Amino acid sequence: MRRWLSSRVNMFVVVPTVVIVFIFVYGFVSWSGVLSFTDSRTFPSFNFVGLQQYVSLWSNSRWHASVSNLIVFTVGFVGISTIVGLLLAILLDQKIKAEGLFRTIYLYPLAISFIVTGTAWKWALNPGLGLDKLMHDWGFTSFQFDWIADPDRAIYTLIIAAVWQGSGFAMAVFLATIRGVDAEIMKAARIDGAGLVRIYWSVVMPLLRPAFLTVFIIMVALAIRTFDLMVAMTGGGPGFATDLPTNFMYQFAFGRQRLGLAAASAIMIFISVLALMIPFIYSELRREARYER
Amino acid sequence: MSAEAAVGRLPAASAARRARAIERMIIYGGLIFFALIYLFPLAVMLLTSIKPLPEIHAGNILALPAEPTTDPWKAAWSTACVGVECVGLQGFYRNTFIIVIPATIIATLVGALNGFALTKFRFPYHRLVFGLILFGTFTPYQAILIPMARTLGTLGLSGSLLGLIFVHTIYGLPFTTVFARGFYYSVPQELVKAAQVDGAGFFRTFWSVMLPISTPILIVSVIWMFTNIWNDFLFGSAYAFGSNAPIMVALNNIVNTSTGEKPYNIHMASAMLAAIPTLLLYVIAGKYFIRGLMSGSVKG
Repeated sequence: MRRWLSSRVNMFVVVPTVVIVFIFVYGFVSWSGVLSFTDSRTFPSFNFVGLQQYVSLWSNSRWHASVSNLIVFTVGFVGISTIVGLLLAILLDQKIKAEGLFRTIYLYPLAISFIVTGTAWKWALNPGLGLDKLMHDWGFTSFQFDWIADPDRAIYTLIIAAVWQGSGFAMAVFLATIRGVDAEIMKAARIDGAGLVRIYWSVVMPLLRPAFLTVFIIMVALAIRTFDLMVAMTGGGPGFATDLPTNFMYQFAFGRQRLGLAAASAIMIFISVLALMIPFIYSELRREARYER
Repeated sequence: MSAEAAVGRLPAASAARRARAIERMIIYGGLIFFALIYLFPLAVMLLTSIKPLPEIHAGNILALPAEPTTDPWKAAWSTACVGVECVGLQGFYRNTFIIVIPATIIATLVGALNGFALTKFRFPYHRLVFGLILFGTFTPYQAILIPMARTLGTLGLSGSLLGLIFVHTIYGLPFTTVFARGFYYSVPQELVKAAQVDGAGFFRTFWSVMLPISTPILIVSVIWMFTNIWNDFLFGSAYAFGSNAPIMVALNNIVNTSTGEKPYNIHMASAMLAAIPTLLLYVIAGKYFIRGLMSGSVKG
């Protein structure tokens, strides 16, 4: 008995966490799933109404607005962060003095909360007192920047703040990968007379493909979950111009007491992240298994 | 002959040197340009937080203060209005520490044990189990928000600090487990075998062989937990009410509840106060912070 126990003690160590994850992640997601098929309002009910909540979700104009805002936000945030991150990684890779200092500066926004970031950028982009005034004082008197109050452009200010905060992550991933590229390959390319641009374009870029995929997947997942930044910076406004699915979910769950509809929107968010992550996690674990053999 | 050749090559060499100098200038110019952009919001926050309100309206966001003042910081700490109560951030600071400390310690220790158990002792489906835990780190919390609210209500933990400790510990576990597993994965199996030959069981091996070499990953885990819980807004706003709110909820309330003329200086001082703990941690132990950020996304 003792022997049996001691040979399996590791299983018993992991079991509580596995149980916790099963209940509080998978169990709770399923619970939300069940709610999304009921007509629950203030309190959960078990009066099943089939796909009715999903039908009303997809015919809700606010939901449509939030989804299309999310698409614009995701494309802008992930696209610009990737470009800026790659550029910074390449610049940092040029045997720079004080590289550590530059890296520290590019990465510090990641340690700050989205609420602080949103608060700071909301003030910095304040129409009249923020960037506007700064540019006027610097002599650009015709400069005007009131995007944060403009329903057509407010979503771009959200992208600006998010890129400021998140592009360091892309930089870190790219830099780690570039550093992993064999120095000999780089030297050989140099000797062959390839210029800096050529080397990066035709030698380094192809080796960065996995890094691009990683950055893409992680940052899209981050974009889908964006909530705090929007709350602090625009509150979803003006109107619903910067409303996001996460805010839709929150408002309908805690503000408007429509749990069924909120659960349906939560499940949509969950499914989109799931679809993104499953292949990624699967391939990571596959790679590990192959490596072990 | 050779001297002639050398002379002939000279202009080419200096042209190459000039091209290289220009290249370096572009590189450093780019780096400095981006550094200034990244520092811009911090400078704006800091400068605004030490200016009297009339100066803010008269000058611009980067203008240096003519009469620097610490009043906005004092107000942010003890008198700024958070909703209807004008009590400043101090109490919410304390709340957040009360939430962060136990959740960080528990999740870090349990995560370390898990990581060890998942790598050094094999059991069936260990990789599948790990995959399911790994996905826990990516779960959008919207999908668990309503059930957790009901659960906290049933447990009588709604709106309490204990409830938030509970939530943060649970959803921190997948992260700390992933960190520890990644670390123990690279520790040679021989170390464990040697300890077992000496008759050490699972916990002895963990305690006297693994823990002493685990300092780096424990730091990664602690910093990650601290930063995430300190910066949390979603759980805080969903599950804590009134004076039990954590710091970020309080900050958001300060900024959004002021009526009449907005005290931007107090807003920025509040934002700085809320940002300082994690910024400090980042400056002291940035290396470990980045490691946590990258684990799971970059191997090796």
